[in-house]
Amino acid sequence: MTQTKTTQPGSEQELKHPQDHLLRSDRLPHIWCATCGIGTVLKCFIEAIDRSKIPYDDIAIVSGIGCTGRVAGYVKLDSYHTTHGRAIPFATGLKLANRRLKVVVFSGDGDLSAIGGNHLIHAARRNMDITVVCVNNFIYGMTGGQAAPTTPGTAVTSTTPWGAFEPAFNLPQLLEACGASYVARWTSLHVRRLTKSFTEALLKKGFSFVEAIAPCSTLYARRNRLGSGYDLMKFYHDHSEIRHGADVNEVDIGFQDKITVGKFIDRDRPTWLELNDQQHEATLGEKYYRHAETIAAAAEADAAAPPTGTAEKTQDGGKDSGKDGGKNGGKDDSKEGSHA
Amino acid sequence: MRYWRVPLDADQIKIPQGEIHLLVDRCKGCEFCVEFCPRGVLVMSSEYNPKGYHYPEVAHPELCVDCDLCEVICPDFAIFCLPKTEEVNDGAS
Ligand SMILES: Cc1ncc(C[n+]2csc(CCOP(=O)(O)OP(=O)(O)O)c2C)c(N)n1
Ligand code: SF4
Ligand code: SF4
Ligand code: SF4
Ligand SMILES: [Mg+2]
Repeated sequence: MTQTKTTQPGSEQELKHPQDHLLRSDRLPHIWCATCGIGTVLKCFIEAIDRSKIPYDDIAIVSGIGCTGRVAGYVKLDSYHTTHGRAIPFATGLKLANRRLKVVVFSGDGDLSAIGGNHLIHAARRNMDITVVCVNNFIYGMTGGQAAPTTPGTAVTSTTPWGAFEPAFNLPQLLEACGASYVARWTSLHVRRLTKSFTEALLKKGFSFVEAIAPCSTLYARRNRLGSGYDLMKFYHDHSEIRHGADVNEVDIGFQDKITVGKFIDRDRPTWLELNDQQHEATLGEKYYRHAETIAAAAEADAAAPPTGTAEKTQDGGKDSGKDGGKNGGKDDSKEGSHA
Repeated sequence: MRYWRVPLDADQIKIPQGEIHLLVDRCKGCEFCVEFCPRGVLVMSSEYNPKGYHYPEVAHPELCVDCDLCEVICPDFAIFCLPKTEEVNDGAS
């Protein structure tokens, strides 16, 4: 029956998936369960990276711990797998140390809104220039399906065997209240729109947040007798309602209830870096210099300089970066130039 | 294809043709590609891959319009579609 060149077992090494250039394909197949939605979300995200045209060297992916946190290990980009809950502070440090980077946090609902909840709200309040992708599967997947702050009312989890009862976070509402510049929500079924939102979020100045609802087949679906991730995808198909600009106070998610998706917030606020520069240029004048840019400039000079020990005479790399530090900064910080 | 209103330039539109490729070892048999293909091109095979999962196979190659939906929705980076007219480029260059 099969007439086209469907690769049969054994001959697949000749074929390359169109996204293999951004995947550590030697690690595939990945660890995610059959019908888990995380892979589809990653697929859309990788497509968005290409659409955004951001150079690969200027992107860094930071993940916390969890099934979603494994993303950091599958992307062929600079990436860091931090401790549980601490992806946002790590990403913030990375951004401040090198402003040119597009820093993306890719993590789970538990990692970002439970143990990392405080970092999430403060990064949004500061309008820190990072993008946060939150795969919300309503549960702690990796550790056996415990209830998360996002678990919708009455869902059965390993820590709520008679049904959850705590009110859940409505993440778009939370992020809107804290000051995020961009907030959208889609499910892993909405592949085209999710990709578009990822692209917009990557190019947005300030704090951008995309929530991707995705099935956890093994724990959430199975415990709640909802079938598999396949059934949840069909559920998203039948129960999602697209409402761009919807009032975020009304987009909370009940157990197996309607899911409102769309782009909810897209606004411009000054970022933390802008406010920081503005304040210190106003108060310190000449004495203030953009520390992070100095480091980046010095690193660039280092990279451009010929490796030490070669016979090149045209320029001396070490002195170059020293000059750079001096140019941008006060005398007392001349040690900046010697960080090689 | 059936239209509720025939487009004015219907005679000039060329419906794209796609060709499906599968990295069998990566497939976990989720059936997303089969379920969400808008053209009913794919069915699940009764064969198993080395990991013990059924994988999709092409039942109606002539119906594929190279929309890439199966490629985008596959959580396992296992299936993709290339335009049929072009020579298959395996990207190895
Ligand atoms: C400090 C610390 N506390 C607890 C854990 C155990 N732990 C690992 S992952 C996880 C929850 C992950 O949930 P989520 O972020 O939703 O990711 P998912 O697996 O659902 O994608 C927990 C509690 C840990 N690794 N470190
Ligand atoms: S446990 Fe749940 S979230 Fe983790 S890989 Fe399996 S299905 Fe996905
Ligand atoms: S490219 Fe589109 S039409 Fe072709 S098999 Fe995939 S989903 Fe179906
Ligand atoms: S969507 Fe991917 S993993 Fe799922 S059955 Fe199709 S090829 Fe296999
Ligand atoms: Mg989770």
